[in-house]
Amino acid sequence: MSITTTELAPNQIQVDSHTINFGPQHPAAHGVLRLILEMKGEVVERADPHIGLLHRGTEKLIEHKTYLQALPYFDRLDYVSPMCMEHGFALATERLLGIDRDIPERAQYIRVLFSEITRILNHLLNVTTYALDCGAITPALWGFEQREHLLEMYEQVSGSHYHANYFRPGGVAKDLPAGMESRIEGWCAQFPAFIDKLEGLLTNNRIFKQRTVDIGVMTAEQAIEWGFSGPCLRASGVAWDLRRSQPYDVYDRMEFDIPVGRHGDCYDRYLIRIAEMRQSLRIIDQCLKQMRPGPVKIADNKLTPPKRSEMKRSMEALIHHFKLYTEGYHVPEGATYSVVEAPKGEFGVYLVADGTNKPYRCKIRAPGYAHLQAIEVLSKGHMLADAVAIIGSLDIVFGEIDR
Amino acid sequence: MVERLAEAVRATVPDAVLTTDRGGAELVLHAGRPGLLALMLNLRDTPGLAFQQCMDICGVDRPERVERFDVVYNLLSLTLNHRLRVVVPAAADTPVPSVAGIWPSATWFEREAWDMYGLVFEGLSDLRRLLTDYGFEGHPLRKDFPLSGHVELRYDEARKQVVYEPVSLTQDFRDFDFLSPWEAMTTLPGDEKVHLNRIPAPKP
Repeated sequence: MSITTTELAPNQIQVDSHTINFGPQHPAAHGVLRLILEMKGEVVERADPHIGLLHRGTEKLIEHKTYLQALPYFDRLDYVSPMCMEHGFALATERLLGIDRDIPERAQYIRVLFSEITRILNHLLNVTTYALDCGAITPALWGFEQREHLLEMYEQVSGSHYHANYFRPGGVAKDLPAGMESRIEGWCAQFPAFIDKLEGLLTNNRIFKQRTVDIGVMTAEQAIEWGFSGPCLRASGVAWDLRRSQPYDVYDRMEFDIPVGRHGDCYDRYLIRIAEMRQSLRIIDQCLKQMRPGPVKIADNKLTPPKRSEMKRSMEALIHHFKLYTEGYHVPEGATYSVVEAPKGEFGVYLVADGTNKPYRCKIRAPGYAHLQAIEVLSKGHMLADAVAIIGSLDIVFGEIDR
Repeated sequence: MVERLAEAVRATVPDAVLTTDRGGAELVLHAGRPGLLALMLNLRDTPGLAFQQCMDICGVDRPERVERFDVVYNLLSLTLNHRLRVVVPAAADTPVPSVAGIWPSATWFEREAWDMYGLVFEGLSDLRRLLTDYGFEGHPLRKDFPLSGHVELRYDEARKQVVYEPVSLTQDFRDFDFLSPWEAMTTLPGDEKVHLNRIPAPKP
């Protein structure tokens, strides 16, 4: 879509370009995005995102914390998919410690299980609020009920709805409570019907399609050079999924399909997320079937806390506990760039250790950062209302972008 | 996997300085600022390397060095499924060639590196701050920048506007030195002569 204002028909008028501030307090800005739009009438000429309004200096803070204390900061990055963020840091730390091959199997299954629950959590929020941006209120109301069920599972395993602090270097914080597996199974049994209902509201909805089809088209070449990853890259037709191509934990044992789009428009990005939720269900199902009882963290008490019951009897356990929670552990010198397939795309942690108990440098590579950067390419020549649809389709969360 | 990639890099860049991280699991290419653009173009366009994506660029501060910063590029090849890290040393007053012309995604990463470390990228059209406040002074991720920052902001009821003031902490920042004498401190006070008389243990 583009307009030319050079040759005007007699009854047309020349529109001056003007600049508007979209956000930072705009409900469709998905947080604190200040988007400066240069408009020619209703058409976006230039889009300049100003980010950093939620910058908390996470990377600086992590340099001053022990590895164990740094972990909860990751929940607060992409706060709609906290456990996947933790996963990235836990993997990076484990790799530097050289224990990445010793993680107990059950812990790996639990991590994959909850990563996929997190993926559904994230996509539910994105798809439904995206629909809200395009004028549909009902999906958000329905979706949040399902999210609440999943967040209750979060709470049951970790004690917290959002800031779980559950995946730790060396495994997970604690085992699943009794009956958890069957509860997840029960939830999974009803969820496909919910996706069908959600799709019934949106997928063939005339208004939704008018707002999203052929809006914000990204070709595969563009998506690659702009550093896209995750659903946004796959919507452009690139079958790239880190869970398949660079598997971590037990993803190499999972059977799942990688949905790929064809047009790279807002509608395809929506369809990919819907399809991914169905694939996540498959992975959850396989995890539950393959999981066996066993330890959920490595036995080395220099890296994971001893059992509470042991601490009452064993002096050594008490010392280990004290040392772990005050000094932490020393990570050998080295660097790693570890990635996970977070719901939004490639979430990378570049971790540099200098042999002490604190990271020397921790760079967080957030997928949304690269996606937001391309907003000008995506929205140029579109209407203002399309910019809203584009922001929604990119799945922007400022916790991870501003860090 | 890493060996194959290392060979492919050497075939294209014969004088490449290659090391590995994590006991050979990740390949690192140490490069200099001159000729960086040609190198990066090579990395992207050579069929055996094909690093189509620049996933991350960041700075690392090492104040003890003369060229105190490292610029770290994490590259990814989607077609060949491998990663490479390129490390380029730089100082605050030596501009690093911008790779934004090779991978447009680099623009924001380089802006962030400028914002956080004061690294200058030559040829980057848009060298504005990105994450810090409008009018911010200093480069917060440098090791000599205090964790608390220099200024804090509050709303002044009398002047009806936000004002910046020097940081005043009601409680000192508690930076416990947990580096344990058992692991980090190898010499106990008054016990220095132990090292003089010690015979080094035979290497296993």
